[in-house]
Amino acid sequence: MANEVWIYAEHKDGKLKKSALELLSGARSIANDLGAQLVAITLGSGLETMVKELGGYGADKVIIADNDALKSYLAVSYAQVIANLAKQYQPVILLGPASAQGKDLFPRVAAKLGTGLASDCIKIQLDGQKLLSPVRPMYAGKALVEANIPEAKPQMATVRPNVLAVAPKQEGKQAQIEKVSVEAPKDLKTVLKEIVKGAKETVDLTEATIIISGGRAMKAADNYKILWDLAEAFGSGTTVGASRAAVDSGFAPIDMQVGQTGKVVNPTLYIACGISGAIQHLAGMRTSKFIVAVNKDADAPIFQKADYGIVGDLFKVVPILTEEVKKLKAQE
Amino acid sequence: MKIGVLMKQVPDTETKIRIKDDASGIVVDGIKWVMNPYDEYAVEEALRIKEKKAGSTVTIISMGPKRSVETIRTGLAMGADSGILIDDPALEGADCYATAKALAKVMEPENFDLILCGKQAIDDDSAQVPQMVAEFLGMPQAMVIDKLVVSDDGKKATCYRRIEGGAKEVLEVDLPAIVAAEKGLNEPRYASLPGIMKAKSKPFKEINLGALGLKAEEVGAKGAKLKVKKYFLPAEKAPGKIIPGEPEDAARALVKMLREEAKVV
Ligand SMILES: Cc1cc2nc3c(=O)[nH]c(=O)nc-3n(C[C@H](O)[C@H](O)[C@H](O)COP(=O)(O)OP(=O)(O)OC[C@H]3O[C@@H](n4cnc5c(N)ncnc54)[C@H](O)[C@@H]3O)c2cc1C
Ligand SMILES: Nc1ncnc2c1ncn2[C@@H]1O[C@H](COP(=O)(O)O)[C@@H](O)[C@H]1O
Repeated sequence: MANEVWIYAEHKDGKLKKSALELLSGARSIANDLGAQLVAITLGSGLETMVKELGGYGADKVIIADNDALKSYLAVSYAQVIANLAKQYQPVILLGPASAQGKDLFPRVAAKLGTGLASDCIKIQLDGQKLLSPVRPMYAGKALVEANIPEAKPQMATVRPNVLAVAPKQEGKQAQIEKVSVEAPKDLKTVLKEIVKGAKETVDLTEATIIISGGRAMKAADNYKILWDLAEAFGSGTTVGASRAAVDSGFAPIDMQVGQTGKVVNPTLYIACGISGAIQHLAGMRTSKFIVAVNKDADAPIFQKADYGIVGDLFKVVPILTEEVKKLKAQE
Repeated sequence: MKIGVLMKQVPDTETKIRIKDDASGIVVDGIKWVMNPYDEYAVEEALRIKEKKAGSTVTIISMGPKRSVETIRTGLAMGADSGILIDDPALEGADCYATAKALAKVMEPENFDLILCGKQAIDDDSAQVPQMVAEFLGMPQAMVIDKLVVSDDGKKATCYRRIEGGAKEVLEVDLPAIVAAEKGLNEPRYASLPGIMKAKSKPFKEINLGALGLKAEEVGAKGAKLKVKKYFLPAEKAPGKIIPGEPEDAARALVKMLREEAKVV
């Protein structure tokens, strides 16, 4: 068995995803404790330039599985390639992002390798026996579990985006780059016909650092403009979400829904506007680092979970917030 | 078409979760058990395909304790044709790997043309079982889909898979395939009274460890690759601050706090 800890570096539109840097930063100390090499693996073609910076974020080595057939992602093809590489190199740990792609792919890889997978983890650590012992939420975050994979290898986990802090880049540190040519995977029984873009091209809710969400109190789809204005004032990494009541009322599209049957988000700042704080909504946003609630009902349950609350009409409060944020940004 | 639906019984979303004193699991007393919400979409979609394609059948497969019978009956009352419950004390404590192994083993001889399931069970929140089943059965997968179109000849399915930022992947898979439902796929029906009456006489099969044909080491806690060490509750958040004053002043104060205390702006 190679003494290597692997992270899967996801990329999109020719750019590495932030999750690759988060995973490297989070896995560095684990690799150190194990005296292991930290390796980033990535699939596709023409990736050499893109992976250069991974060394600066802690990778000792980058493995590029190169093949034109891997240009677009498919669970079946990517799982074959990753499982074959893992069989060949035998890393002790394999980590990936709990992104749309990671969630799709990693269970298939684990099944191929006959190993276990802890999905959507919010903490990664080693236990006393130096086994990966991640913590993951269950029951919509109402309970947590710590688990490990004592027998099978590699020990696999996917980590929720935005949980692991990105360490500062070490300039000048280079990773060794190993390009392996892999065969085009066969027998896929799947064709990617097209990728249909969303109506609004913004950062995904699950990866956003600031989210402003509007609930039933928004009253109409057009009123979301005031939330988008605030999002724009905050700048990149900010997006707008919605409660289920707002989605069911047709004020917001379903991909904006936060909650148990929507997306689980984990931003640095979550601003809930006119959202009562039902348990199913909390399930989707309770791990946000700072929660702000704007609600005209002082008894709304959301205030129990909020770090800061304003009791007032969101249609008054939000535009002032936008002005204030703009002022602050203008001073920079 | 022969359609299989994977269905899990889970605690109602309103359930207050309590942890056992020895941290080995949750307290199940008093829990109201329901069909996993995403599996409701799977059942509904199966029924809609059945209604379009003459001669189709829908079988619900669930692994879980005896009480899961109730939820399978709900699916039968909605209109599914038959149910299979995999139930044995040896199956307790399974992780997704062991669960998928058992489900795949039961489904293999059934030769389903299409297997529908939910994108995630809202108890373990793993989102792993469908992909693992797909791998064990050598089938293509399409997870998190909110639209499904089965071709007229029943050989292919076009699946609209929701990915990031409101974007969608359009995947065409050869059948048999496994497809996992996201909210929005459809609006599940309620069981009608005649449906509930009819469900009582629909074929229902129970499979124990012997009938399953797997060894005791391959299932349940023994077959689990991921072993839970302990359950615990998340730390309670300290109650927040209500910022006093008129909305205008409060908004100004908030932005200042976000910068100075929370350091998020
Ligand atoms: C199985 C299941 C799954 C669910 N999944 C989800 C989910 O994923 N996500 C989700 O969000 N919900 C989900 N729900 C629904 C959830 O239970 C609530 O119904 C929903 O979250 C309520 O949305 P809301 O807070 O926007 O609306 P409401 O509960 O109606 O709250 C509106 C709030 O706005 C305040 N308000 C009104 N006007 C103003 C104003 N002008 N300014 C400021 N405040 C104002 C009111 O005081 C109130 O608190 C689920 C429910 C079930 C049963
Ligand atoms: N014990 C089970 N019995 C039947 N189906 C299951 C079981 N566990 C999971 N599934 C199916 O797999 C989906 C995803 O579950 P999970 O991977 O546990 O989040 C569920 O929505 C079900 O369709």
